[in-house]
Amino acid sequence: MSMAGLVILDCWVSPFCMRVKIALNEKGLQYEARPEDLFGGKSDLLLNSNPIYKKVPVFLHDGKPLCESSIIVAYIDETWSSPPLHPPCSYGRAQARFWADYIDKKVFDACGNIWRSKGEVPVEAKTEFIEILKQLEGALGDKEYFNGATFGFVDIVAIPLTSWFFAVEKIGGFSVAAECPKFSSWMKRCLQRESVAKVMPDPEKVYESVLMFRKMQGID
Amino acid sequence: MEGGVVLLDFWASMFGMRVRIALAEKEIKYEYREQDLRNKSDLLLQMNPVHKKIPVLIHNGKPICESLVQVQYIDEVWHDKAPLLPADPYKRATARFWADFVDKKMYDSGSKIWKTKGEEQEAAKKEFIENLKLLEGELGDNLYFGGEGFGYVDVALVPFYCWFYAYEQCGGFSIEAECPKLIAWVKRCMQKESVAKSLADPEKVYEFVLHLKKAYGIE
Repeated sequence: MSMAGLVILDCWVSPFCMRVKIALNEKGLQYEARPEDLFGGKSDLLLNSNPIYKKVPVFLHDGKPLCESSIIVAYIDETWSSPPLHPPCSYGRAQARFWADYIDKKVFDACGNIWRSKGEVPVEAKTEFIEILKQLEGALGDKEYFNGATFGFVDIVAIPLTSWFFAVEKIGGFSVAAECPKFSSWMKRCLQRESVAKVMPDPEKVYESVLMFRKMQGID
Repeated sequence: MEGGVVLLDFWASMFGMRVRIALAEKEIKYEYREQDLRNKSDLLLQMNPVHKKIPVLIHNGKPICESLVQVQYIDEVWHDKAPLLPADPYKRATARFWADFVDKKMYDSGSKIWKTKGEEQEAAKKEFIENLKLLEGELGDNLYFGGEGFGYVDVALVPFYCWFYAYEQCGGFSIEAECPKLIAWVKRCMQKESVAKSLADPEKVYEFVLHLKKAYGIE
């Protein structure tokens, strides 16, 4: 297999992989997504390219590996400048990096606290999840996107995680649209973008996978 | 002149030290305001409502939070002096990866060393040393993580050095014995005024850790 060009070591259900694919789509770049079997056996290429964490995504640019999805998206934006995904001024970029870091630290773990629950989902887990989304609604404000008038870095970091929300809502017994309507509107806006729509999986399929993960982890 | 700079910080915070080093490297004049973390000021809570933590960098009245975000901001705004991140995008991504590794791994494994005992502490020491060895691997034969010059990853990591003495005393081990190359790198960094004047005194940090252990009821 050729090592030239753009390759992503991928998993369809990983929101972190989705971030990279959306960024590449936004830039109009052609790439090859190579699926990894994360449970059956990770490829030598994955293990050699990401020896520290052994995780997807790994982005290979002419054979040179990059790891950690937010860092990969920043690299894509710095290497291919059009259209820009970060705000133009330093303060705006600092705010974008702050919120990307907040999303990275909080959202996926909060999802996990709900979908990994055995039996009744603790109220605290649901409350914390909603509080995080409300915090993000505050960051969004009256803007179309987290990035402002145009779709950008923070939107790319956040939107893939929402593909797991249907599963979280079913298991947790609540509705994101009911609790955080503004966030829900932002989600719909992003999903209308072709770069996003062609990457985001069917939420029902994600839910099926989550149920499978629950079984594998002995929760169900 | 880029406008007023204020740093809300705590003397023993490795995260605050990163920002102090970056500001010193760029020779930026700023006002340092020590914070009482048991009784957080209105200014701190107002400037960092999301995390309510230090350090907070305030530039022209506008807050920036999270130490690595602050260091990148400082590097971008005061770009004409002592660049910290490389110009090449691939090298930048590599630097960000390793700074992120320091963030993900060092604080938690270090904290576990002074907070635990017995088997848990042994596991924490092992993990801590493993992480340092990975960093040694990345350093290779370079003078600094930034290559020839002191850079972003050096800034991210070197503040943890002033906590090493406390970890060693609590854990009963020698970090230099396990990771001599890393300590050689530390000594090189400590020759820089920006680093030497930004790091806390390891003895004082150890006293502080003993005080924290008492406060948390850890023996």
